[in-house]
Amino acid sequence: MITLERRPEPSRMWQAMTPILAVVLTMIAGGLLFAVLGKDPFEAIRTIFWDPLFNPQFASYSRPQLLVKAAPLILIAIGLSLGFRAGIWNIGAEGQYIVGAICGAAVGLAFYPTEAIYIFPLMVLAGAIGGTLWAMIPAVLKIRFGTNEILVSLMLVYVAEQLLASMALGALRNPDGGGFPGSRNLQQYPSAANPELIAGTGAHWGVVAAFIAVIAAYVLLNKHLLGYQIKLTGQAPRAARFAGVRPNVLIALCLGISGGLAGLAGLFEVSGPAGQISIDFNSFYGFTAIIVAFLGRLHPIGILLAGLLMALTYIGGELAQFMLGIPSAAIQAFQGMLLFFLLGVDVLSNFRIRIKRKQVA
Amino acid sequence: MDFGSINPLILLASLMVASTPILLAAIGELVVEKSGVLNLGVEGMMIVGAVTGFIAAVNLDSPTLGFVAAAFGGALLSLLFGFLTQVLLSNQVATGLALTLFGLGIAALMGQNYVGIRAPATLDVPLGPLADIPVLGPVLFQHDAMIYVSIGIVAAVWYVLTKTRAGLILRAVGESHDAAHALGYKVVRIRLMAIAFGGACAGLGGAYLSLVRVPQWTEGMTAGAGWIALAIVVFASWKPWRALLGAYLFGGITVLQLNLQAAGFKIPVEYLSMSPYLITILVLVIMSRDRSRAALNAPAALGKPFHASI
Repeated sequence: MITLERRPEPSRMWQAMTPILAVVLTMIAGGLLFAVLGKDPFEAIRTIFWDPLFNPQFASYSRPQLLVKAAPLILIAIGLSLGFRAGIWNIGAEGQYIVGAICGAAVGLAFYPTEAIYIFPLMVLAGAIGGTLWAMIPAVLKIRFGTNEILVSLMLVYVAEQLLASMALGALRNPDGGGFPGSRNLQQYPSAANPELIAGTGAHWGVVAAFIAVIAAYVLLNKHLLGYQIKLTGQAPRAARFAGVRPNVLIALCLGISGGLAGLAGLFEVSGPAGQISIDFNSFYGFTAIIVAFLGRLHPIGILLAGLLMALTYIGGELAQFMLGIPSAAIQAFQGMLLFFLLGVDVLSNFRIRIKRKQVA
Repeated sequence: MDFGSINPLILLASLMVASTPILLAAIGELVVEKSGVLNLGVEGMMIVGAVTGFIAAVNLDSPTLGFVAAAFGGALLSLLFGFLTQVLLSNQVATGLALTLFGLGIAALMGQNYVGIRAPATLDVPLGPLADIPVLGPVLFQHDAMIYVSIGIVAAVWYVLTKTRAGLILRAVGESHDAAHALGYKVVRIRLMAIAFGGACAGLGGAYLSLVRVPQWTEGMTAGAGWIALAIVVFASWKPWRALLGAYLFGGITVLQLNLQAAGFKIPVEYLSMSPYLITILVLVIMSRDRSRAALNAPAALGKPFHASI
């Protein structure tokens, strides 16, 4: 009989190994999935994971896309990971992303057509504030009334989606757009645009922000009292209370920071790659970032790597859709599978697997 | 503004149709949570139920078989969650989220050749003279069988949970898995059965959306219904009949806002569409305001992992 025996302490070796094991298992299961769909599994896996980076035909287009897609994922996931570590579950990053984009774009559009150097910084500020305020709704409700933050933050995603539709059709609609939904294109408005900083790399201000966030989170978690309090609360909430951690402050900070980062991600997206506020502007980054946070083991460096990998599956997925006719939904299922495997194999880091003969209790 | 165009009878009749998907999912999740497991994957199980039910109903030309398939689909997916959380002891919140993300993806994949097809019609149950009663007839007695099945499930859950030994054992497992284990109950097996029941109910709820309410398959068609079902369990304080009340209340709000949209009410459509979600938040706040009362009926072991050391 196979039994599980709890390790006194999670195994460091397995903690590092499990994400890799999960990726390998996902590739195998994904290959089976593609085979069921009637595609060559090896070709599909190669198209998703190899061709975007190394195939000379696609790499010139795909490589810059890697940073474009990874930046919002990393930015959001870094914020989420702080809360997840403390047992504060913000799963409404998608909503905070949308509201950040709306607020930032609204500030930019309010100045149109003035050209000035202070416009873009103001937009960045507005995006961060928008996302933070949207995340403060579940935070305040949790602090004041003990309302479950998971459900509230998620409900607010649907509210934000409706708000986005209303903005794209109403207040922020391009007055010169001939009645079509969607705002002015911010990329054609130099003071508000978030351009590619170094040609051919895909690096825009969001990429810079993502790197800063990774470093800041690393310092916070390892060198700062707040990081210590976050980790302590996650592992031993009662002990944290005695150690002087104020849970309400922590709830507000974790939700606020993750909301602000998600809002920033939204702002950089709307002023850069997306260009405008439109009805279908949001693209599931807020939810995929949850996978990124777990795949990166809630560790800043891990999240950086996980974000790049997940971005690769996005780009590779598009390529596979174009080259092999693999439906985009298959890629979404593939990403979900990754999280499943990751959570499943995690048992190895917390437990030893023992094979025991049946014994009389 | 023209309130005259809203017919209160049609409103009440469509209320039950709008509520049933949420009710089915909520009553399933209620049982799961009573066993001490928090499954946040309701949305994923619903959408998989919606697509499997739709595919089965279209191919077999039978809505009944569609519902059966949906229940199996939902249960199968939920057992994936069950295996991970109960056997491999993974975090329930994270695994539930994974179930939703995976469910949305796999459902979109399964349903891509079924977009734009109409489901075979689900017939109303012929209730004869009852259906002809003025006012009450169209509101209560001119519906398809699933509406009555859903109310039957609520009644059955209420009876089993409060009046039978099986219900007592289930609640014991949810209150203190260690004590239940010490008494010799198979905690993991009981929880797995509860999870599968919850998955089957969520699957039925999803299939009700794709086979009766809409009735078509579109990607992401559950649009948060699974999450609202989770909120309704909290609203109901884990009591079956209150889950019915909660679901009908939300169904009423949904139908009302849709009717206001159709009647050309002065508030923009988007703000009306927000209302079910905003009201869900409001209800959650009201329910959790009084902490001691909210916790009174909550299963004590909710969301805690169980690992038998012996």
